[in-house]
Amino acid sequence: MIEALRHALALIGAGDPTLIEIVALSLQVSLSAVLGAALLGLPLGAAVAVARFPGRRTLIVLLNALMGLPPVVVGLAIYLLLSRAGPLGEAGLLFTPGAMVIAQTVLILPIIAALSRQAVEDAWVEYEEQLRSLGVEGVSAALTLLWDIRFSLLTAVLAGLGRASAEVGAVMIVGGNIDGVTRVMTTAIALETSKGDLPLALGLGIVLILIVIALNAGAYLIKEAAQRRYG
Amino acid sequence: MASILPLALHELSFRVHGRRIIDRISVEIERGSSTVILGANGAGKSVLMRLMHGLLVPSSGRIAWNDADARRVRRAQAMVFQQPVLLRRSALANVSFALAAAGLPAAERASAALEALRSVRLSALADRPARTLSVGEQQRLALARAWALHPEVLFLDEPTASLDPGATREIERVIRAFSAAGTKVVMSTHNLGQAKRLGDEILFLHEGRLAERAPVDRFFTRPASAEAEAFISGELPWT
Amino acid sequence: MDLKKLLALPLLALAALAAAPAPAQDRYIVVSSTTSTENSGLFKHLLPMFKARSGVEVRVVAQGTGQALDMGKRGDCDVVFVHNKNAELKLVQEGWFVDRHDVMYNDFVIVGPKSDPAKIAGSKDVVAAFKKIAAASAPFASRGDKSGTHSAELRLWKAADTKPAGGWYRETGSGMGATLNTAAGMNAYALTDRGTWLSFKNRQDLTIVVEGDKRLFNQYGVMLVNPARHAHVKQAEGKAFIDWLVSAEGQKAIAGYQIGGEQLFFPNAAR
Repeated sequence: MIEALRHALALIGAGDPTLIEIVALSLQVSLSAVLGAALLGLPLGAAVAVARFPGRRTLIVLLNALMGLPPVVVGLAIYLLLSRAGPLGEAGLLFTPGAMVIAQTVLILPIIAALSRQAVEDAWVEYEEQLRSLGVEGVSAALTLLWDIRFSLLTAVLAGLGRASAEVGAVMIVGGNIDGVTRVMTTAIALETSKGDLPLALGLGIVLILIVIALNAGAYLIKEAAQRRYG
Repeated sequence: MASILPLALHELSFRVHGRRIIDRISVEIERGSSTVILGANGAGKSVLMRLMHGLLVPSSGRIAWNDADARRVRRAQAMVFQQPVLLRRSALANVSFALAAAGLPAAERASAALEALRSVRLSALADRPARTLSVGEQQRLALARAWALHPEVLFLDEPTASLDPGATREIERVIRAFSAAGTKVVMSTHNLGQAKRLGDEILFLHEGRLAERAPVDRFFTRPASAEAEAFISGELPWT
Repeated sequence: MDLKKLLALPLLALAALAAAPAPAQDRYIVVSSTTSTENSGLFKHLLPMFKARSGVEVRVVAQGTGQALDMGKRGDCDVVFVHNKNAELKLVQEGWFVDRHDVMYNDFVIVGPKSDPAKIAGSKDVVAAFKKIAAASAPFASRGDKSGTHSAELRLWKAADTKPAGGWYRETGSGMGATLNTAAGMNAYALTDRGTWLSFKNRQDLTIVVEGDKRLFNQYGVMLVNPARHAHVKQAEGKAFIDWLVSAEGQKAIAGYQIGGEQLFFPNAAR
């Protein structure tokens, strides 16, 4: 364990270009996935929260359940889609960072949708009468709510980011862990583990955790400052 | 353009789980005077207001405005609730939001919003985040937002129930000003003093029924119904 | 077709997000190979040389041999570089691959605990060693994953006339490194290629117990995915890689790869 910590500090201190490349790609992939999932999932969650339609409760249960999608299953499904033998093979996306973004977006979309649905539904209780009185309903109401509770939604987004940066199953299958092209922190850790270099693997793991902590801390501070300003 | 008033309620009922919250109310709300809906807590005042404003659907009976155009009827009303619900934006932006929802073109919104804030003496706080204002200021802002739409009918559901006497006085001043400017005020309260100060006519609700309807002076000096009499004498005179 | 395009559009938009900062079209090929080859570090040594020579980047996706061959059949790569000659030749015959060449060989070794419960240390007869392991019911960690190593292992069990089964025979279903981790943790025997072993850092109590038997010979082959089956295959670049591997320069580069002064792979392309 001490050796792992030593490795971690050495890695960070040395500024090894390979490590920087891997970290940069990890952030790029996961942040892109979070962006994509937020663009799709926040409106989806808000719509389900505000609208009333047959099968709504089933959809809510489904969204909640899909939060637990196994990453390796998502990876496999996307692989089959993007494989040359599959329907979207011509796009040539397999084993590129693009495929990894797609897989992670699919993986975390339910998380962001389900959590935002909960947040918007809670807010709807407070806002519904006033908004309806002003003639604001449907899509307009959903978007208004989304913007108004934007700081609470940050938690949902961070949950998605956490899931994306932590998973290895999906990116390994659709990315192929290609050195210099699709190797991210989690797949690098898996590789070093399989080579038996456990202290290095653990060291990389500590670096990953530190990065995620830093991202979360930053987001929290932003949220605090904004809440103080906007009330 | 014709007014959306009078509003006719005919045998209006509202039931929840079999319980009658509003029990066969028939009444006509006319132009001109300000109407105060008075009653104890649980009498059905808030539910009646929401039925009239269209936020609730009646279980039976009819609500008929003087205009067949549902959109115009909706646009000609506004409501202020007991707890102000404001967006996480500036005070001015909250009013602009309502104006935008009503379809006012962008170029006219800013000046209309500022004018509304001026009418409730909140101009100085125009750029402050609405949610950082005091409760009294927030309620004034809610009033400004409602009035900015120049509604024909302004519903107010116990607007000062959460406020201290100073803020209450300020809100009452604004309401009186709106009423004087021609807006039909329909307000619910359980506060006798406020009813006397602001109402021209009283609709007294008791357990979901319209127990009595009278001009304000007659209601307080010679209440016709036993329930009204009991209610009036139960309240302390200085509230 | 329209539905596919509708589905593709948002996916491509997402992919564009990730692709954006990446440099535009480097020439590259995708080569599927095995984890043992990747873990040995051979590619890190070879590929920069090939890139300098040809300008083509080689992207290696490392899996078990079985998966690597399946990937080639699906057309998800351009070249396959594995170590299961029987399977490779069969697939060439069936028309999935073309242009197959022997490239190099290395050997397998049996590693095991220093305590050596099956008493096979120092033996030069791998088949007899396997018989003894089964007889002693000594713990044995198998890859169990359709890999070249796994196929070699199964051939040896067959030669030893033994069906490995029972609590002592553990199939990990994973790569060489992971299987060695398991073996180290369980103090079990395992069959591994020398390359992976030499770069494996988590040996704990394990050491080489049997080596040198000709039957532990492990032949590597390279072949191109048949363009007749998959028109998108990068024929020219793929062929360039294959040609380089079997050329004098490539073969010399392979021989030049060492760990701790030891050569791992022995070039044997036909001339």
